[in-house]
Amino acid sequence: MRKVSPVERVRRVGEAGMSVIAAQGRATLFLFHALFGRSGLDNRFALLVRQLYSVGVLSLAIVVVSGVFIGMVLALQGYSILSSYGSEQAVGQMVALTLLRELGPVVTALLFAGRAGSALAAEIGNMKSTEQLSSLEMIGVDPLKYIIAPRLWAGFISLPLLTVIFNVVGIWGGAMVAVDWLGVYEGSFWANMQNSVSFTSDVLNGVIKSLVFAVVVTWIAVFQGYDCEPTSEGISRATTRTVVYASLAVLGLDFILTALMFGDF
Amino acid sequence: MRIRTLEIGVGLFLLAGVLALLLLSLRVSGLSVGNADTYKLYAYFDNIAGLTVRSKVTMAGVTIGKVTAIDLDRESYTGRVTLEIQQDIDILPFDSTASILTAGLLGEKYIGISVGGEEETLGDGDTIRDTQSSLVLEDLIGKFLLNSVNRE
Repeated sequence: MRKVSPVERVRRVGEAGMSVIAAQGRATLFLFHALFGRSGLDNRFALLVRQLYSVGVLSLAIVVVSGVFIGMVLALQGYSILSSYGSEQAVGQMVALTLLRELGPVVTALLFAGRAGSALAAEIGNMKSTEQLSSLEMIGVDPLKYIIAPRLWAGFISLPLLTVIFNVVGIWGGAMVAVDWLGVYEGSFWANMQNSVSFTSDVLNGVIKSLVFAVVVTWIAVFQGYDCEPTSEGISRATTRTVVYASLAVLGLDFILTALMFGDF
Repeated sequence: MRIRTLEIGVGLFLLAGVLALLLLSLRVSGLSVGNADTYKLYAYFDNIAGLTVRSKVTMAGVTIGKVTAIDLDRESYTGRVTLEIQQDIDILPFDSTASILTAGLLGEKYIGISVGGEEETLGDGDTIRDTQSSLVLEDLIGKFLLNSVNRE
């Protein structure tokens, strides 16, 4: 181990800090260039539809399956706790509020980061390492507009829709377990739910959360792919980083958003 | 042909999303489209303990409206509760009684209205005169203890 002088250590800290800030700056510029400004492409809609398919429709299966199971588990757990207080009827309200406020947006965003985010990062990283992006630039097509923008918009649109579908499927799964299996009275199950769930503060706040997550997760995925080292190792690192950063960002932001929306201060 | 199936898939996805949001708003949060078909009543309670906004208003166990606001009346120092009753229930007699009830022992509070005998009915903006406050468990226990002390 070679001895490192204290000054050298300080220099390394500074270097690391500056590279983090530089990456932040690149990511922000990248986002604004991709989303705003003139695109000049006339097949924008077709590009968006193709991405909506690969980002949204193909993520549907995992979201629906997880939604059903999470709803069912919530109903089971809720029932076993609530029945010891003799208030099984509240299980509908518990399942709906948990899904709408927290689990729906967060779990869908995590699944989305794993299913679609990693695919986006790997795809764009591969395009970069095989020099498809620079070839596009060579023939006068802006890769930010042609490759990146449709993927970003597709992510922004898909995740909130997936979240809403997740919620509906989860509540349906919960109702199936609670009403059909455990024998909670159906009328009070739904009536309790409708009495306690408010449209603006629960349903809409959940959708707002998922919109924020959509922007963050898609942005991280696409930027990691675009900014990766153009080697196979770099691509794998970018994919890993996408999932890790996106998951951490979602969980951290969720706390902040919950504090803002439901914190009452 | 391939692009066509792809577009159909995306279309179905978008429709499923919108439908899901519709289901959430109508079935889960019980949002009613156009809430103009209600009228307001007021009721003053000595103690509204535990009643919250969005609590239901029932008559004979049937939900006929909900609580939309609770505030303190500055003159009489009582809790003023604003009730929104469905427009088609315009047959509440003028001397009906509003009482704060509890669903089960530890359940949620709601307002139950029992029918009076007058011909005249309550209309928009009227006040229910006859009210019965919420049952506060601590007060009851206190009275019970006081009684048993006095007896000794």
